[in-house]
Amino acid sequence: MTFETHPDKYRHWRLSCDGAIATLALDVQEEGGLGDYRLKLNSYDLGVDIELADAVQRLRFEHPEVRVVIVRSALERIFCAGANIYMLGQSSHALKVNFCKFTNETRLALEDASAHSRIAFLAAVNGTCAGGGYELALACDEIFLVDDGSAAVSLPEAPLLGVLPGTGGLTRLVDKRKVRRDLADVFSTLAEGVKGRRAVAWGLVDAVHSTSRFWNAVDSRARELATGSDRPTNARGITLGPLNPHVDDDGVSYSHVELSINRAARTADVTVTAPSEIQPQAIDEIVEAGDRYWLLRAFRELDDVLLRLRFNEPDIGTIILRTRGDLERVVSVDVALVAHEQHWLVREIIHFVKRVLKRMEQSARSFVALIEPGSCFGGTLFELALAADRSYMLDDAERPAYVSLSPMNAGRLPMGNGLSRLHTRFLARPAHVDELLEKIGPLDASAASEAGLVTAAPDELDWDDEVRLAIEHRAAMSPDALTGLEASLRFAGPETLETKIFGRLSAWQNWIFQRPNAVGERGALAAYGTGRGRPEFDWRRT
Amino acid sequence: MISAERIPNNVTLSENKRLQRALEHWQPKYLEWWRDTGPQGFQDHHYVYLRTAVSVDAQGWVHYDYVKLPEYRWGIFLAEPVRDRTIGFGDFLGAPVWQEVPGDFRSPLRRLVVTQGDTEPASVEQQRRLGHSCPSLYDLRNLFQVNVEEGRHLWAMVYLLHSYFGRDGRDEAEELLERHSGDADKPRILEAFNEPIDTWLDFFMFAMFTDRDGKSQLLSLSESAFDPLSRTTRFMLTEEAHHMFVGESGVARILDRTCQLLTSGQAGFSEDVRRLGGIDLPTIQKFLNFWFSLSLDLHGGEISSNAAIYFANGLKGRQYEQKHPDHKCLHGTYPVDVVVDGSLETRNVPLRNAMNEIQRDWYTADCVAGIDRWNRILATYGIPERLRTPDRKFNRGIGIYAGFHFDPDGHMIECDEWDRRRDEWLPSPEDKAYVKSLMAAPIDEPSQFANYIAPPPKGINRKPVDFEYVRTEL
Repeated sequence: MTFETHPDKYRHWRLSCDGAIATLALDVQEEGGLGDYRLKLNSYDLGVDIELADAVQRLRFEHPEVRVVIVRSALERIFCAGANIYMLGQSSHALKVNFCKFTNETRLALEDASAHSRIAFLAAVNGTCAGGGYELALACDEIFLVDDGSAAVSLPEAPLLGVLPGTGGLTRLVDKRKVRRDLADVFSTLAEGVKGRRAVAWGLVDAVHSTSRFWNAVDSRARELATGSDRPTNARGITLGPLNPHVDDDGVSYSHVELSINRAARTADVTVTAPSEIQPQAIDEIVEAGDRYWLLRAFRELDDVLLRLRFNEPDIGTIILRTRGDLERVVSVDVALVAHEQHWLVREIIHFVKRVLKRMEQSARSFVALIEPGSCFGGTLFELALAADRSYMLDDAERPAYVSLSPMNAGRLPMGNGLSRLHTRFLARPAHVDELLEKIGPLDASAASEAGLVTAAPDELDWDDEVRLAIEHRAAMSPDALTGLEASLRFAGPETLETKIFGRLSAWQNWIFQRPNAVGERGALAAYGTGRGRPEFDWRRT
Repeated sequence: MISAERIPNNVTLSENKRLQRALEHWQPKYLEWWRDTGPQGFQDHHYVYLRTAVSVDAQGWVHYDYVKLPEYRWGIFLAEPVRDRTIGFGDFLGAPVWQEVPGDFRSPLRRLVVTQGDTEPASVEQQRRLGHSCPSLYDLRNLFQVNVEEGRHLWAMVYLLHSYFGRDGRDEAEELLERHSGDADKPRILEAFNEPIDTWLDFFMFAMFTDRDGKSQLLSLSESAFDPLSRTTRFMLTEEAHHMFVGESGVARILDRTCQLLTSGQAGFSEDVRRLGGIDLPTIQKFLNFWFSLSLDLHGGEISSNAAIYFANGLKGRQYEQKHPDHKCLHGTYPVDVVVDGSLETRNVPLRNAMNEIQRDWYTADCVAGIDRWNRILATYGIPERLRTPDRKFNRGIGIYAGFHFDPDGHMIECDEWDRRRDEWLPSPEDKAYVKSLMAAPIDEPSQFANYIAPPPKGINRKPVDFEYVRTEL
């Protein structure tokens, strides 16, 4: 499975830009699924969502002039029927979980683009909008529904399939759209959904318009929304070229990232390399570098690695993170970023790095950062160590290793809980975070350990054994227990829409996905549409 | 006020407060709808010789009288209950039928009732202007008989929505009056019911093929485990049979006239038929192709999870379910031709998922039997041509053949060939204009018939053919 695509290769989405307004039209090819099922009625699978994720990403980097995206269907009277049920029925548990995780990340990326890049998303729901289709609409800023007497929005998962709307639907209903919980309860158990004026009255959509007025209303609202953006009007986008990695059985190598898999140990080594050349400080040079700008390139590669690990390497449970290169050069990149953070491209790069780090934290793998001599865990790259479950730093007086903080660690790359990783790490000592950020500079192992920035700092005599034992011990534990444990420990602090989606909705969904009531031979999901009759439930509640 | 006197019924309306309350609200809207979108220009000054069902027994069912259309007594009738009826198919085979809607099937049952109900007023809307081009008073009366009965079928479905589906049912009943055929904003649910019917040839073809789909659907629904739906649709079937009679005999009379012209010595070729003001056989075949293929769409997708769910849960069966040997259909498959990479491949589909296709088989056979009867007319006149149904893949807008092109023999063809030859197979704008030109003015003398159609062999309710079936009183 690979994750790179390009609008020229899309099979299911059509992206078009007209000045400030872009249109993303869903036109799913029935025969274009990744597996043996037909994607009827604009239903989607991972392949469809990879294209959506790519499109949203490209709108941010390649089209700085775009201020509004109309999300619509290219079909008449059908918006989107949601995730394909037969695909879910055929998928392994791990694939279902990772599919939902990826689609959730894509929906959150839409909202991230709205909140931080000021691209407004307007869902033009021109027909049937069920399940994941409505969840996609929910991820948009506004929802317009056609009022043709038939088109309804619905979340039929629970009544029809015995599972949850797993792409944030329930959470967004009550948390984002602030639909009253009792109405949300009725709506979420009503397979046929709600249409017309009632959909507006309940807050499920923002407006309904008759068929003849619908597209005019969408168009004029899009124009209004475009005035509310701060995106530049005359900037030229950069092109996100292909990554062209070298792939073999036991690894993938990119220009700045290397993945190497140790199948016997069920571990993988991921190494991020610092730029080999001095990076530009002037904004024009950064724009000129485009997708060859080191940080952007490295994090695109890292993002690709994370997705490959999730989908292609289910057995590889422990990821060992390393960096290699000039610490000072890495930190100087952060200086440039902070200097130009108001610039549209720098803004996009920072938020992209933020999303990749979040993707890492949402991966159900154990991460261990190894900080060794010659490494460059500084500023933005130090976030990798902070995002890891543990970090080990070699304390060798003859070959000292250094880490460094930068202003990038001061809240510019927040976690899903809305806090910086430092803040989350030192929840009990907020003042300590301020102290650390006040005296930024290289820290050796003992200083880093003293500051609480690393888990342990073994000396050169202990290092090999300590590290080996830690990794072997980790890799021997139950993968399920580790997934639950890591997800519980990683996100201390306040709840956000995002943490609720991953920590509550997804977690419950993943439990339901394991239960016979959904996936047993007579479970609702397995039985749906097979003609085998209605599901048989185990009626005992927990 | 809702009175059981004004509304003939066998559902004890006079004692049913809930139904009375619902109808008090709905009936005025219905009458408004009938005036606004029912037969145009025939509301106030015309008395039509119509049959009104006043009870379900043989006597009450053949009650004929002159009536002004808006004063027609639309009634609510269910076929008499079958004692100890049990569920005839699916997972609940053999269990007692349901007198109430089970909560877990509320949504699919409501969808079935609404979809069926939506077609009834739709056809009235589609046909509303035909009165101004009628070929005879006899035909005008038949049109209105069909219209008022479609109206009554709407009442039947609304009765179910009002009585068994709570507040949502009442909302749906109102929406049945808010959607309109061909309305850009609120169209009817099924596409065939948004096609305009502006010629009598279309009307007869519609009554022959699309109402036959109605018969097919009503037969399937009459098998339902939900007994009120079964009883309602069983009664509707008696009326639906008349609609098909109107369609089949209407086309038969056109064919008869065309044969007369062809054998009169004045016309040897179809062009000559047109010269003599008749409708030539190739044109009739094209209208047949159009309405048959459109009506095939109404049976839904060839491979359908909804169909499987309906069958499994006993909501909708096959026509004459008891004639089938296996009522569970858990094993076994059905071969369906699917398009794979541009060519056809046979795929074995689990039986339950192929229920739409199985029902389409019955429907197609029923159509073929009717067309055979038409062909006998041609044979009687010694004319060698025959009408036929196009292949079921031809001109489809719903299901797995939609988006591909097939000729009437079922051969897959390229888009440009379709564009080039479409008018050989389906009514061209010229064909439509010609047929319409024959119907420029209504024939409103009791003894007269339009030139393109033969008089019927006998009248309605033993009245003569030249009886004044529609009286005008200004």
